[in-house]
Amino acid sequence: MTSLPPRPGSTTTQPLRPASPAPRTVQRSWAGVLRQELFASRGDGLVSVLLILLILASAVGLLRWAFGQAQWAVIQVNTTLFAVGRFPIEQQWRLWLLVVLVAALSGTSWGLLRAFPRADRSGELWPFNDRLAVALLGFLAAWLPAALALGFPLQLRWWAITGLLVAMRWIAGHWGRSWPPRLLKLVSLGWPLLYLFGMVLIAGGLGMSRVSPSNWGGLLLTLLMASFAILLSFPIGVVVALGRRSSLPLLRWSSVLYIEFIRGAPLITLLFLGQNILGYMLPGGWAPDRVWRAAWVLTFFCGAYLAEAVRAGLSAVPPGQLEAARSLGLSMPQALQRVVLPQALRIALPAAVGQFISLLQDTTLLSLIGLLDLLGTARTVMANPEFLGKNAEVYLTLAVLFWCCCAALGLGSRALERRLDPTHSPA
Amino acid sequence: MQPLPRRLLALPLLLAVALGGCADDSGSGGGVQSVKLSTIRGRGKLVCGVDGKLPGFSFLGPDGTYSGLDADTCRAVAAAVLGDPAKVEFRDLNSSERFAALASGEVDMLARNTTMTLSRDSAGGNGISFGPTTFFDGQGVMVPVASGATTLQDLNGKPICVESGTTTELNLADRMREQGISYTPLKFQTGDQTYAAYLGGRCVAVTSDRSQLAAKRSSFPKPDEHTLLPEVMSKEPLTPASVNGDPAWADAMRWTVFALFQAEELGITKANVAAKVAEAKANTNQADLRRFLGVEGDFGKQLGLPADFVPKTIAAVGNYGEIFERNVGSGSALKLERAQNRLWTQGGLIYSPPFR
Repeated sequence: MTSLPPRPGSTTTQPLRPASPAPRTVQRSWAGVLRQELFASRGDGLVSVLLILLILASAVGLLRWAFGQAQWAVIQVNTTLFAVGRFPIEQQWRLWLLVVLVAALSGTSWGLLRAFPRADRSGELWPFNDRLAVALLGFLAAWLPAALALGFPLQLRWWAITGLLVAMRWIAGHWGRSWPPRLLKLVSLGWPLLYLFGMVLIAGGLGMSRVSPSNWGGLLLTLLMASFAILLSFPIGVVVALGRRSSLPLLRWSSVLYIEFIRGAPLITLLFLGQNILGYMLPGGWAPDRVWRAAWVLTFFCGAYLAEAVRAGLSAVPPGQLEAARSLGLSMPQALQRVVLPQALRIALPAAVGQFISLLQDTTLLSLIGLLDLLGTARTVMANPEFLGKNAEVYLTLAVLFWCCCAALGLGSRALERRLDPTHSPA
Repeated sequence: MQPLPRRLLALPLLLAVALGGCADDSGSGGGVQSVKLSTIRGRGKLVCGVDGKLPGFSFLGPDGTYSGLDADTCRAVAAAVLGDPAKVEFRDLNSSERFAALASGEVDMLARNTTMTLSRDSAGGNGISFGPTTFFDGQGVMVPVASGATTLQDLNGKPICVESGTTTELNLADRMREQGISYTPLKFQTGDQTYAAYLGGRCVAVTSDRSQLAAKRSSFPKPDEHTLLPEVMSKEPLTPASVNGDPAWADAMRWTVFALFQAEELGITKANVAAKVAEAKANTNQADLRRFLGVEGDFGKQLGLPADFVPKTIAAVGNYGEIFERNVGSGSALKLERAQNRLWTQGGLIYSPPFR
């Protein structure tokens, strides 16, 4: 991990820095930063050395376990189960197609983001972070299929997909500026279209055979549930937040009732309610599939919490903004849409993303109602007599997967915050 | 809570009887009316509640298919009702929601290593309808072969590992008190801890359901060094179940399972079922075989099933003996003895009433 050697004792010869923080613009060397942050005094130095040793020791222990003792066959054998659950093998080309489309569109969007930099960007085509990301992608494409012991055809597919992503990034980055506006509009429309098409690819339709939701599983189910709930809970949250601040009593009270009902019960209770009570309330066969029921429960659950985040954002917008917009002659919906909501949502964004991340992690509760999400799959795999006692390998893999998804959400939201920040955007 | 859903469920039933009764009166099959059977046929698949995480009984393998004795019971019923063992949708259910899922109609049947008990069967309890028991389990004790223990008496004064808060723990105490054996219980929160302590030599014996013990033993580094004592401390008849209030559906399920038993008794296997059907067709003297295989008589019609539901079922999953050996017996990792799960003709408890 940290390869820099600790330098105890060197601090004593250094003059103490002034109490006031150094101006941010001053360029400091790595060694200087280290000295100030870690070894400013004798006590600091001691604590730093101890902590660094502790971190190194645990890192060495973890690596030794991961590459020495751990038996990763449990992951290698069950790759398909972890990735897509019981999705029929002869239909898995649909998921590959989806991955290809997502890779192509991601590359294009990424390239266009660099081709049309905001004011806060230097406008560099290949900033350091991007080069790092490409290197990381290359490493993953080279290492992951080998580590998972995938066959050569699968390995080739992963290389091709990574190559496609980077190529689209390159093409869009270099020539994106000269693309016709109509094409650019198509790219921004691409994501919602791709989501809908992805749903069709997963569930069936348009001449493709139906794949029952009970056959979805693993990472596919987790991502699908989380993305579905995140996308749909957002409009619900906005509407309910506006409803709660509305002057119409019926609207206000129903919003309050909805929020308080959802917030008054643990998610697992609501999930059990959705799974077991709907069957009593609706005549046989009318209740939607249990996977969809769980998805809607997650959506409404997240919507209630999101509504409160959005309401906080709405409260933070000074009332003068709405009054000014109204006095300029904007109708109420126009004023909300163009003046109040953009400000409120920007304020609510960090809280909302926190909610989304916790929702992603809450999907593990689906395993308790017998759905085969990532955790459910893991529990099944760990029950396999061939892999008894391989809990550490499985849970570590799960932790890494979840960390990647949550980190991606967090990074995305921070980038979005920066782009929405009015102090940096062009006037 | 209870009476309302019952009434709601009864309404479509009444309607179906009223409507179907007049339409289907042309002497076809004594008018078997079952909402559940027609729901399953309309849906084109059987929804079967299983555990999904119990190797040998119902377990999702790396290839995405379910295997196990319970899973094969589901497949047998699907083959009988729909003619295709693949038309099953397995639902993983945990032990707390299994009865609710059955009662609310989420699943058509339960094959989830469920012990048949009075309170689960009775209308005043869980109110579910049990079929024939497919696996007679019981609490057992495992000891290292090296310990030399062959009966419970040999464990006098020794420490025994047990999972705390289970019926296992209570059964152990009861049996030991009855026999006047003193012992030291070492209690653990989880199964993993219990077996780790046993393997670590902290106790000379470990107790749990016999099938569980055998399953765990198969994962030990040296399975041959451990053995199960012959004593069985409790009765755990693991039994498939369906919802109360649809007797025709319960009968169809019950006799499909009985057919698995009967097929073993008659020596009909997955491999020879086609030949047996041909034999029955050719030989009019073999009345029993002809009736059983649906060549003669109307057993299928009486149950609301196709006439050839027995050969379809056997061709799909084999007879009970084959299912047992494949999933929990000699052909599996569990290597369980048939023991009381032998046919009654061999001194076991597996018994099918006559197909007459």
